[in-house]
Amino acid sequence: MGAAGAPAAVVGIGQTKHMATRGDVSIAGLVREAAQRALEDAGMSWNDIDAVVVGKAPDFFEGVMMPELYLADSLGAVGKPLLRVHTAGSVGGSTAIVASSLVQAGIHERVLTVAFEKQSESEAMWALSLPIPFQPPLVAGAGGYFAPHIRAYMRRSNAPDHIGILVAVKDRLNALKNPYAHVHEPDTTFDSVKDSMMLWDPIRYNETCPSSDGACALVIGGEDTAAGIDNPAWIHGTAMRSEPTMFAGRDQVLPQAGRDCAADVYAQAGITDPRGQIDVVEMYVPFSWYEPMWLENLGFAGEGEGWKLTDEGVTEMTGDLPVNPSGGVLSTNPIGASGMLRFAEAAMQVRGTAGEHQIDGARTALGHAYGGGAQFYSMWVVGAEPPQH
Amino acid sequence: MRDVAIVAFAQSDQERRVQDRNEVELLTPVIADVKEQTGMETADFGFTCSGSTDYLAGQAFSFVLTLDSVGPWPPISESHVEMDGAWAMYEAWVKIQTGAIDTALVYAYGKSSPGDLRAVMSRQLDPYYLQPLWPDSVALAALQARAVLDSGAETERDWAEVAARNRRNAESNDHAQLRGSPDPDDLLDDDYVVAPLRRHACPPITDGAAAIVIAAEDKARELSDRPAWIRGLDHRIDAQSLGVRDLTVSSSAATAAGKARVGDRAVDFAELHAPFAHQEGIVRRAMGLGDDVSINPSGGAMAANAMMTAGLIRVGEAATRITNGDGDRAVAHATSGACLQQNLVCVLEGA
Repeated sequence: MGAAGAPAAVVGIGQTKHMATRGDVSIAGLVREAAQRALEDAGMSWNDIDAVVVGKAPDFFEGVMMPELYLADSLGAVGKPLLRVHTAGSVGGSTAIVASSLVQAGIHERVLTVAFEKQSESEAMWALSLPIPFQPPLVAGAGGYFAPHIRAYMRRSNAPDHIGILVAVKDRLNALKNPYAHVHEPDTTFDSVKDSMMLWDPIRYNETCPSSDGACALVIGGEDTAAGIDNPAWIHGTAMRSEPTMFAGRDQVLPQAGRDCAADVYAQAGITDPRGQIDVVEMYVPFSWYEPMWLENLGFAGEGEGWKLTDEGVTEMTGDLPVNPSGGVLSTNPIGASGMLRFAEAAMQVRGTAGEHQIDGARTALGHAYGGGAQFYSMWVVGAEPPQH
Repeated sequence: MRDVAIVAFAQSDQERRVQDRNEVELLTPVIADVKEQTGMETADFGFTCSGSTDYLAGQAFSFVLTLDSVGPWPPISESHVEMDGAWAMYEAWVKIQTGAIDTALVYAYGKSSPGDLRAVMSRQLDPYYLQPLWPDSVALAALQARAVLDSGAETERDWAEVAARNRRNAESNDHAQLRGSPDPDDLLDDDYVVAPLRRHACPPITDGAAAIVIAAEDKARELSDRPAWIRGLDHRIDAQSLGVRDLTVSSSAATAAGKARVGDRAVDFAELHAPFAHQEGIVRRAMGLGDDVSINPSGGAMAANAMMTAGLIRVGEAATRITNGDGDRAVAHATSGACLQQNLVCVLEGA
């Protein structure tokens, strides 16, 4: 087994400080800050890079059409191949996967990949609220779309009301250990989350992701490049899956595309017992309740059982399956970069470079992202050891 | 490298304004066509990849709904680039090179007509220094054309001949939007749209869609009697700022052509994505294509220029001619960005 093609590994990781408004930098300055840090981490300069892959969510979020054209020189891509990926919210993960495939295909040896969003440049709420005649007028942002699916999950699983609160408290407190995270609220308690404003019942304000400016960058290298550093994060499997937004009978609580994507990436990585074999998970949880829902979709718990892991503290940093020690999307959400941050944080864990939010002994980690109407998935499994071929 | 070939291609009629069909409806028959050519269903493709841009649809996540034209159920392995479909084909080709898959469906679409295209395209520019000035896409091309004139490389008469030849070639292309042309001498009586570009030297505004199927090795031989083998494929980008580029040449096209090994052997014909008449010569010279190479037998982007799609159509048109035995070696080219900023070069061979 193993991922297809030549071995590839993450050899450099960088991210910006994420904030509501990074008024101190332009869009180019933001992406360059993350890219520069990834290069420094990899011990490389711009000239060492063979190709650049850029990802971000809708261009309307900044008001720049195909912004990679404008960013070509600030990302050192002039004279090189530059690709731009856009797969909705899963894009940060998909972008890392496309960058990896360039190495796995044997086309390039060192690829820089960057994902970003600078939400303060515009109003994501409007960009997410699609106008007539394209769609029914659901002028309610992403939370309005997902709240009914969370309700359906609660009904199907008989989960008690407090599970979402537990997730929010955990992720917001984990974020205090991550200096790059956007939301740092040391006074977060069960009651402070519970008493926060109800936005889209059952999603409260403190159970919702923020709007962030931020970027994330990775340097992906081949076997020779990885041999030059102490702690590469080897890519053991990558997968993407998509399904339609709407059709009669679609299960939006436990989407088939997510299950298929997980099965694919586990098969590549030789994972038959996800709960036992994966040490830490960085999963895309923009609304608190998606943690138990994805625990089931990813095979860490049986159907209707995911909330019990959360309730029992299994997903805490001290539990046996830590989820989002970085603080996750609930604490930091530069949308286009959020998926790559999950992939990057998973890689940081197996490299042992996660600092205060490091899980001791993490050897195998899952990075997960989703997008659209919970219909686009991208995932990778990274490990401290090279894949067995 | 694995041997990968184009085994099927289809396109919609390329039209000035498609108002009776949405993007899904525009794509559906095109995708059905390549499925029929290959006898494949959605689930048979190892990977699906598309190219489009939200700024034409005027809607965030516009590609999400157009995926319905594929019918992605059960779920499929799928990706999307906010680029011309030629780059979607590149992503799919890379995935085949990893060995993970053997076949891929690639599609692209662009309705260029709903907005003011010249203004829409200005949103590609630097948001702090250029966007506020709304420099339109024809004006930027005209700056490049002026630089070409000033360099002495070409004349306005040359451009009239390029325009006339492309649109006369399009007479044999049922899908083309502009077919046939007055004589170059008459074209030179046209008014300037933006000097020195007269109307005939500019591309039409086009709505259209296209799809391609690529396959590796034996799978390609199984799906086509004469696959169009991809023998070279590369893409490069220049800086966006016009002030740091020599607009009379295209470094990125030259680099991509070198990497794709265009110059290794004789080229029978080329499909160049050169929307403005003066850009054909720039691309031709960058790739080292001589006067013996037939340029744009389909009519090229001067005969139909659906945004995000015209590049993939160049690849498809070249592949179809290779498969039909009209030549043994062809070059297909796609471009993106103002004044040929980004360029992709694909070398296709019949054997």
